[in-house]
Amino acid sequence: MTEFLFFIEVVVGGLLAGTMYSLVALGFVLIYKASSTFNFAQGAMVFFAVLAFVGLMELGLPFVLAFFATVFLMFLVGYFTERLVLKPLMNQSEDTMLMATIGLGFVLEGLAQAAWGVEVRRLDLGIGDFPIPWIADSTGLFISALDLTAGTVSISMIIGLSILFKYTKMGLGLRAVADDAGAASSIGIPLKSIMLMVWTTAGIVALIAGMMWGARAGVQFALVDLALKALPVLIIGGFSSIPGAIVGGLIIGATEKVLEVYIGPFFGGAIEGWAPYVLAIFFLLYRPEGLFGEKIIRRV
Amino acid sequence: MRTQPVFMTFKKDDIINFVVLMTLAFIIIPMTVKTDYWYTSILIPWLCLSLAAIGQQIVMGYTGQLALGAAGFMAAGAFACFNLVLRVPDLPFVGALALSGLIAAAFGILFGLPSLRVRGIYLMVATLASQFFIIWMIDKFGWFKNYDTSGIITTQDIVIFGKSLTSPMEMFFVLVVIVTVLTLLAMNMARGSTGRRWMAVRDMDIAAESMGISLLRTKLQAFAISAFYCGVAGALFAFTYLKSLEPVAFDIKLSFKILFMVILGGLGTINGAFIGAAFILLFPVVLNTVGNNVFHGSIDATIISATEQVVFGVLIIVFMIYEPLGMAKLWDSIKQRLFGRNSKESEAPVDQADVGKQGS
Repeated sequence: MTEFLFFIEVVVGGLLAGTMYSLVALGFVLIYKASSTFNFAQGAMVFFAVLAFVGLMELGLPFVLAFFATVFLMFLVGYFTERLVLKPLMNQSEDTMLMATIGLGFVLEGLAQAAWGVEVRRLDLGIGDFPIPWIADSTGLFISALDLTAGTVSISMIIGLSILFKYTKMGLGLRAVADDAGAASSIGIPLKSIMLMVWTTAGIVALIAGMMWGARAGVQFALVDLALKALPVLIIGGFSSIPGAIVGGLIIGATEKVLEVYIGPFFGGAIEGWAPYVLAIFFLLYRPEGLFGEKIIRRV
Repeated sequence: MRTQPVFMTFKKDDIINFVVLMTLAFIIIPMTVKTDYWYTSILIPWLCLSLAAIGQQIVMGYTGQLALGAAGFMAAGAFACFNLVLRVPDLPFVGALALSGLIAAAFGILFGLPSLRVRGIYLMVATLASQFFIIWMIDKFGWFKNYDTSGIITTQDIVIFGKSLTSPMEMFFVLVVIVTVLTLLAMNMARGSTGRRWMAVRDMDIAAESMGISLLRTKLQAFAISAFYCGVAGALFAFTYLKSLEPVAFDIKLSFKILFMVILGGLGTINGAFIGAAFILLFPVVLNTVGNNVFHGSIDATIISATEQVVFGVLIIVFMIYEPLGMAKLWDSIKQRLFGRNSKESEAPVDQADVGKQGS
């Protein structure tokens, strides 16, 4: 029985940690949906946002003020990205855009380090990374409060954004832009402000993802590498699907933990580092467009 | 379709370039550069990384497959070379080098398999798997490290014709010879039918396939050759520059560096690999010198390394916008302006077909 409980515990822990990957992946999906640009800089945005947030808190700003100041900062990042990177590269191929966003990522990482330094910072959200007592007492499962919070936050954000995309006028405009930017702008959808909005939203998502990760592992450069794990999540879930981001995150999170706990010891552990990528390769072989993605059709 | 490669043809310009470069490498540099610093910190890593950049260039610049795992293949090559020298006593160094290149090539084929199904960012993720997997494998199985627990292994001396090389200048000469041979080979492949097939696949893979080019063969060949170059480069990097072996030296940062070399140097050019590698290596050195001498250490080291990152990032964006063909194209334009029409015909325009225009 305890064997089984332990297995459940591993799976639940994995699922909840997976929602953290989903949060990072969500930022990728937002931008990909709106501009079919793969924003490689999303990981750097997570790092940039949370480092700015912690930095502002250290300067003495209260939590809420620091949060909104960072949101404004991410708005500026979006604004300048749109003006200086996206606009000159309009109508370029996806690969060119991808390389440009790799460059953007390096700029953001460099700027964040220049402004706030490289030391690891602690971020205290008031939620401990320890098992919740009443769940542990009633069921015998040890589930971290931080994991549970991150899970709740990610799921509510994903639901909120799905509603935003589906039922608001803005969301409709956004989907129109995603479908055909030229046609959308010719019927009067303000391309620029839509883009700006999407990048700002992605910035906010990055900030929240960064806060969750930062509270667990400290605010440090390694966040950028963690954010890379959002890539297999996207491959499994599909690049253009918001629910895909969460399902992909859950699959990666759970599989990674289960493999690490049950298979890992035979190979000396730390297979978490590559297992998600290999899992993604297997998904690629069977479903290149991901679970929820649109089918890719290419013509000569 | 002809399958055997076209043998190298060369023009007068090529011979002139070759002679000039060889004189520079074997006569002028040894006569003018006396300090070891230049060999150990600039020239040796430059040649090694240029070789890796050629590998990346083959798979990314010529075949158009976005791969981000060069450092993984370099690690495979480096540790293969270490084990071959350690365990096969009679094997000459060059033989070990070639074999470790082949071992890396095997990994290249394995991790190049996803390229048959996917492209672009999807492929990038698949190649990231190779990066993390190879490093993990080396790290976790003690055999690869000869059960060394300290984490840092010293490489053996390079022995060529019974003589072990110790001075940086000797290593530099060995490197020049190896790099020259491999570069000529790469140029030959790029100009011949092999390279034409790569470029056809890059420019429009479906069209290439319908013209009778086997995607399976072409892509896997590109991955294998690319990984071979990276593997040899990695072995040389470890044996001549690092002088030690640790998996951390081949982490994802190095892969990014090599990617930047290729993008900034110019996609789809061999000389771009050398120019890009020189820039990525020299820029931090210049920045540090300026930081130390002009500002006398008043600028924090963190700021300097952050500046370096920002400048690399900005340069990539600027090059993507204004000159997608990179520094190699800039260099060509400068040459054209200086020497007039003389150099205009030296480079066939097909070699530099715009990588960015593919797909969509």
